[in-house]
Amino acid sequence: MDGSKNLHALTLSVVLLALFLGGWQLAVSGTGTAPQMDPEYAALMGATAKGGSALPAPFDIAKEMWRHISDPFYDKGPNDKGIGIQLAYSLARVLIGYFIAAAVAIPLGFLIGMSPLFYKALDPFIQILKPISPLAWMPLALYTIKDSGVSSVFVIFICSIWPMLLNTAFGVASVRRDWLNVAKTLEVGRLRTAFRVILPAAAPTIMTGMRISIAIAWLVIVAAEMLVGGTGVGYFVWNEWNNLSITNVICAILFIGLVGMVLDQALYQFSKLVTYSE
Amino acid sequence: MDPNNLIAVEGLARSFPGPKGTEPVAVFEDLWFGAARGEFVCLIGHSGCGKSTILNILAGIDQPSEGAVIVDGKEATGPSLDRAVVFQSHALMPWMTAIQNIAFAVRSRWPQWPRAKIREHCQTYIDMVHLTGAENKKPAQLSGGMRQRVGIARALAIEPRIMLLDEPFSALDALTRGSLQDEVLDICAKTSQTTFMITHDIDEALLLADRILLMTNGPRARIAEIVVNTLPKGRSRADMHRHGNYYPLRNHLIEFLVSRSETLREMVQDVDPRKPPVVFPRADDAARTPAVVHGATA
Repeated sequence: MDGSKNLHALTLSVVLLALFLGGWQLAVSGTGTAPQMDPEYAALMGATAKGGSALPAPFDIAKEMWRHISDPFYDKGPNDKGIGIQLAYSLARVLIGYFIAAAVAIPLGFLIGMSPLFYKALDPFIQILKPISPLAWMPLALYTIKDSGVSSVFVIFICSIWPMLLNTAFGVASVRRDWLNVAKTLEVGRLRTAFRVILPAAAPTIMTGMRISIAIAWLVIVAAEMLVGGTGVGYFVWNEWNNLSITNVICAILFIGLVGMVLDQALYQFSKLVTYSE
Repeated sequence: MDPNNLIAVEGLARSFPGPKGTEPVAVFEDLWFGAARGEFVCLIGHSGCGKSTILNILAGIDQPSEGAVIVDGKEATGPSLDRAVVFQSHALMPWMTAIQNIAFAVRSRWPQWPRAKIREHCQTYIDMVHLTGAENKKPAQLSGGMRQRVGIARALAIEPRIMLLDEPFSALDALTRGSLQDEVLDICAKTSQTTFMITHDIDEALLLADRILLMTNGPRARIAEIVVNTLPKGRSRADMHRHGNYYPLRNHLIEFLVSRSETLREMVQDVDPRKPPVVFPRADDAARTPAVVHGATA
């Protein structure tokens, strides 16, 4: 029953993909007459000598994807690096910023969740800082840090801290009274209660925050790298746009999506380890 | 108070702030009672008379507004491993297996014990509550009755001087409840465990308790009467009702819950709260009306 449902869903996915790719192919293949202009100028204007669109066909993308995958780590100077190197730069920035944010947000969230005083005192700051677009911090970061790579890490830090902070605080504050009472009647110390009762009880909520944060961090890194340039997949997209290589832009979009999915799935697998059912 | 009491409360009251800054309302006040070593005491009353609050104060997780809890001659101000609680909602940690839940309590009691000794100790109590084979299951994989067994094993495993039970069987179906009551009766008889239990089930009280405290309705609830269980020790669910004293006792308790818990509220104000009337319902008392019983003993 479940297996056949999965099979049906898979079939439908394949059919939808085929329809999409077929439509795409049809839309970009030329049928009209070739325009009377210089071919180079035509390419610039988004037309081809055949009379179709300059947008690459699915097959061109597949070929280009394969080229990227078969040689991901070449380095031919600052403007021509393999997609693997660019993704590695972005991933490194995301992971460093993300883990620093986790190291700050989870203990601070614990404090806020356990102490109504701290919750009330810090709430106005959080409410003001949370809705700020992380990219708005970029000029300030560049001015004070004076290093574009570290500034991107800072932007990742500032954007991934809020979901983790708020989810940790919420998870810690809503630990069942009964479990805390058990710890109390057993004269369990504060530290042991925090690690053996509150942390496992709040872990699923904390993990939800961590999943939201990594998704936001991966969204923001592309925009941050477009802004500061140099390295990273965001810079790659912008550079290929300047090169007018739509094929490479689409390839990069697909790679960004794939890496984002892998990051989310990795955290999902981890969150399954700490989930409990009552 | 009675020096034989292992645990006693003296002049206990608990009030909560009234709505919109009005005078605080006392849920119960002027409670005086105790439990002697090895005694099983039950507290019966309607919801709203603060039964669970009383138990929480005895456990040390709530503070009284007035009065004190005395354990073995000393005032108890907070929670202690002397007093183990079996919670109404079992309160097992869902991320721990049955044995880990018990081991968490055992390690709190004897932090210096080696792993093997803790495991062996836990196993003893798992076997005692007949959960052998389910040690490594998580609470979600256990039935309601089995979860409460783990809760009881966790409380017993720290070898408390007093065990506090907060309506531990109320969430269970009748059959499970019955078999669990038999087990608790058996364990308490074997270990002569001092136990204080809150319930609203009359048959449960008659089966388990040596003395039954009856509370009037809240707010400002008091202890109206202390009923001594006149059924002989060695009771069993199967033939308890054949004893001549069973129906007089049962009728007395039912009448109390149905009507007298309300009417006694007024009368009890004249009674010395330190010495509530003690009644011994017996077969030959059956003809008497409750009012006469009350008048005769007050």
